[in-house]
Amino acid sequence: MASTIRVRAVAGGELTEVQALVQHPMDSGFVKDAQGNLIPPHHIEVVDFQHAGKTVFTALWGPAVAKDPYIKFSFKGGQKGDEIAVSWIDNKGESDSLTAKIM
Amino acid sequence: MRLAFATVGLLLFGIASQTQAASTTQAEFDAAVAAANSAEKDAGVLKNRWTTTEQALASAKKAAAAGDFDTAVKEAQRAEALAKASIAQAKEQDATWKAAVLR
Amino acid sequence: MLRIIVILIAASFVAAPGVAGATDAANPDADFKAFRDYFTKRFPNVPLTDFVNGPYSMDSGLRKQWEAIEDFPPYDFAVDHGKEMFATPFKNGKTYGDCFPNKGIGVRQNYPYFDVKAGEVVTLELALNRCREANGETPFSYVKDEMASLTAYMAFTSRGKAFDIKIPDDPRALAAYENGERYFYTRRGQLNFSCASCHVQSAGQHIRTEVLAPALGILNAMPIYRSEWGSMGTISRRFVTCNSQVRGVPLEPQDENYRDVEYFLSYMANGLPVSGPGARP
Repeated sequence: MASTIRVRAVAGGELTEVQALVQHPMDSGFVKDAQGNLIPPHHIEVVDFQHAGKTVFTALWGPAVAKDPYIKFSFKGGQKGDEIAVSWIDNKGESDSLTAKIM
Repeated sequence: MRLAFATVGLLLFGIASQTQAASTTQAEFDAAVAAANSAEKDAGVLKNRWTTTEQALASAKKAAAAGDFDTAVKEAQRAEALAKASIAQAKEQDATWKAAVLR
Repeated sequence: MLRIIVILIAASFVAAPGVAGATDAANPDADFKAFRDYFTKRFPNVPLTDFVNGPYSMDSGLRKQWEAIEDFPPYDFAVDHGKEMFATPFKNGKTYGDCFPNKGIGVRQNYPYFDVKAGEVVTLELALNRCREANGETPFSYVKDEMASLTAYMAFTSRGKAFDIKIPDDPRALAAYENGERYFYTRRGQLNFSCASCHVQSAGQHIRTEVLAPALGILNAMPIYRSEWGSMGTISRRFVTCNSQVRGVPLEPQDENYRDVEYFLSYMANGLPVSGPGARP
């Protein structure tokens, strides 16, 4: 089963720039289906990025974030070849994680 | 006694008239919606129906189902007018689209 | 009521048919040149191949956002899904590749084509569902999901290839081309817009918050992940939603008129590269 996470981290000078795309329905719980029934909330709650055992970025998401969210940020440090670990957990307790090398 | 009979007679006549007026309105609706449906069918053959015509037809049927024949007839007549306008549009465009072609 | 009066009055002001210069026979080559000249003259700073990027060729602010999105395109998942489907045989053991030339890889630029045996235009979406039915599988909805994933993968493997749509020497093919041209320039819906109203006359301008794509190369990026939809959509989906947006009741996906207008527009884009799948606002 393919990962729901795609990540690319590029080291440059002092900063490492990280981009990630996460596949997730991100249902807010406010939208109705064609029959008029509320689609229950199903969205990521926490996304965590770690480098050298330390969290460099945490996102706390909820119903306001749209489907298949994209995230981009930079952090100080990080070198080519280092690992960056991405993980998420949603309101149903489902989760996924991925490790990628910084380019 | 005669006055009583006359009064009852007038009352019955009054009721009879009202019942006649109600069935006339139902018949009016049937005629109006039939005309609207027929025009919309012609628009369909030309592949040029408008969404607003369909909405007016639906609104007419809804009003009729609720017994509000005044509204129902008005909506059916509006639907017929919209259907006829869509037919006029299709015919006019058939004759003039070539003038719009980039040359 | 007022709207109906306005439309009828407007109709009476339109030029009468038979205006000087309008010949009766369709001339695709003349149309092609006139179509191309219109857009290149109106937008002299847009490189020819850039027209396939739709609104991004028209608006630099929008383009910057798009370039950032293309780093991690939202259609990525659809391409992967399409690739998976291509690799998964049908119940009878055959695959999608068996229905197409070159196993379905790098062929997007040849669709639609005119099937001289059947006497009709065959689009990529139609070919995919016919492939399924020929192999005992139920057809997919034309507007999204699996059909979008399949066409996304096929577009992706054909990226950069120049559109190469042919009109065979057959009066039925010419008639289909002309029907597509007619559909493109015909006003419809209560709002009385034709495809040309937005994508020729108003290309590059705004309609509400959207920048209108030029008609030149407008199908080259299909299928698209549209932010407005929050999902992928096919050519069928866009034709259907365009119709309802002008308050016209949409036709059935893959209706003859839709296939013919796709044929016309694709022919107008001959020589321009496949840029799909695409991301749009």
